[in-house]
Amino acid sequence: MRPLRAFISFLVGDPRADRVVPPSGVAAHLTTFAAAAMAFLAVFALALSLSAGRLAERWSSALAQSSTVRISAPDDQRAAQTQAVLDILAETPGVESARALSDAEQRALLAPWFGADLPVETLPIPQLIEVVETQAGYDAEGLRLRLRAEAPGAILDDHTRWRRPLVRAADRLRSLGWTSILLITLTTGAMITLAANAALAANAQVIAVLRLVGARDTYIARAFVRRFTLRSLTGAAIGTALGMLAVWALPSAETASSFLTGLGFSGASWLLPLTIPPLAAIVAFWATRAASFRALKEVR
Amino acid sequence: MIELNDVGYSYGGDALLTDVSLNLSPGSFHFLTGPSGAGKTTLLKLCYLELQATRGEVVAFGRPARQLSRDGVARMRRRVGIVHQDCRFLDHLPLVENVALPLSVSGQPDHADSTEMRELLAWVGLKHRATALPPELSGGERQRAALARALIMSPDVILADEPTGNLDWEMSLRLLTLLVELNRMGKAVLIATHDLALIRQAKTQLAARVLRIRDRTLQVAGAEL
Ligand SMILES: Nc1ncnc2c1ncn2[C@@H]1O[C@H](COP(=O)(O)OP(=O)(O)O)[C@@H](O)[C@H]1O
Ligand SMILES: [Mg+2]
Repeated sequence: MRPLRAFISFLVGDPRADRVVPPSGVAAHLTTFAAAAMAFLAVFALALSLSAGRLAERWSSALAQSSTVRISAPDDQRAAQTQAVLDILAETPGVESARALSDAEQRALLAPWFGADLPVETLPIPQLIEVVETQAGYDAEGLRLRLRAEAPGAILDDHTRWRRPLVRAADRLRSLGWTSILLITLTTGAMITLAANAALAANAQVIAVLRLVGARDTYIARAFVRRFTLRSLTGAAIGTALGMLAVWALPSAETASSFLTGLGFSGASWLLPLTIPPLAAIVAFWATRAASFRALKEVR
Repeated sequence: MIELNDVGYSYGGDALLTDVSLNLSPGSFHFLTGPSGAGKTTLLKLCYLELQATRGEVVAFGRPARQLSRDGVARMRRRVGIVHQDCRFLDHLPLVENVALPLSVSGQPDHADSTEMRELLAWVGLKHRATALPPELSGGERQRAALARALIMSPDVILADEPTGNLDWEMSLRLLTLLVELNRMGKAVLIATHDLALIRQAKTQLAARVLRIRDRTLQVAGAEL
């Protein structure tokens, strides 16, 4: 709790104390602007991370579902090939389970197209086998070769497997987003340190006078810290608001799966960017405080 | 209240001061003279702890300076009125706030408007300049403002570095009279000055010790004044 108490005691206290440090026009606006720009970027990085996370989740759950093996064979071989395929699948590493769909299930699948009373038995409709993969997945090429050898009528349809690299990409994108947020935080800290150092150097004379008349270090540091903290808070609030507005205004197509149109926040995650301004204030607080005490060491 | 025991100081090269001993006890009144560059300002800085003695020991209000924390130094300075040689101010604040600065930084910010403040400004002849910014002031006005700032906390010790350098004789005498008065109230006063006339004038009013920096150390100057 000590850091929190230091934080609060630095921000409250006599507001008139700020007046001992001259207002510093351009540098002040630059700090506000930099905080705003960084917050704006942070909103996008956050949106990127969250969207990539959602996407990866959706795609990987689609993956966990099945691929199918289709068997088109003359009636007399159909049962044999089906059994052969099931046997192969049973011993294929990476296959969790495999199951031949019953006629009723196949009819249900086709019903949307041909109506419910389709006489499946009399049509040359391929037998479908649903294959559920393990997390690791199976070797599709190897499986295809074996199927071709032992059940010539079987075709492996792994239409969802092409997404596997996309899921990896989405995962990577998510960690890139978080890395960006970390980098933005560090950069904000660095920029505020530079700005604070410049302000402290420009006010070396002021600091010397204050020490001469008996000001304690905390009194002097507070004037700088409060100023930079408030500037960063203001800037970050503006940047966050603009960033959220920009994300909100992104054209949103159907939720389908397009990555670009999926960029944004949903539901409660709209609250997350609201943590950016306080975070910026905390970063500014500690950066300026450290810079102030470093500079004060130079003056007795 | 401030004691220097066999203090030596060097800015890095040869020693500027050696074996300086001085006791600013309550009610003492010292003048410090010596040619320009002799180390008068340096000696005062040792007294208010802006510089740390490279030899010997400085004791401020019973505490060895070396043992004081930075906050300890700040508290010590609230009991010491300092008139800096080049009268440093906060140039963006009006004179009255500069004079009240020691009060502000010690958490008593509401005195800028008090009667004491107005009396003090009137006494140093700056009442009509209260809202002027320091860069708008003449050298003499700055010096008087610096004096007012040094006195606002009614300090136990007053250290003044060439306080009459820019003052006319009449103003110098008023300043001297005030310092003599404060001294009679028990405050220790140390004035670094070239102004021999001022020293002579002071000696007609009280028993001031006149010290001189010669050969890098402190001597008592006597008869020739
Ligand atoms: N910060 C400093 N660094 C190096 N030398 C200094 C510094 N300040 C003063 N000096 C030197 O120390 C000597 C004494 O200076 P000072 O105490 O100001 O003398 P005075 O006040 O008697 O004129 C001078 O030679 C001056 O050049
Ligand atoms: Mg000098």
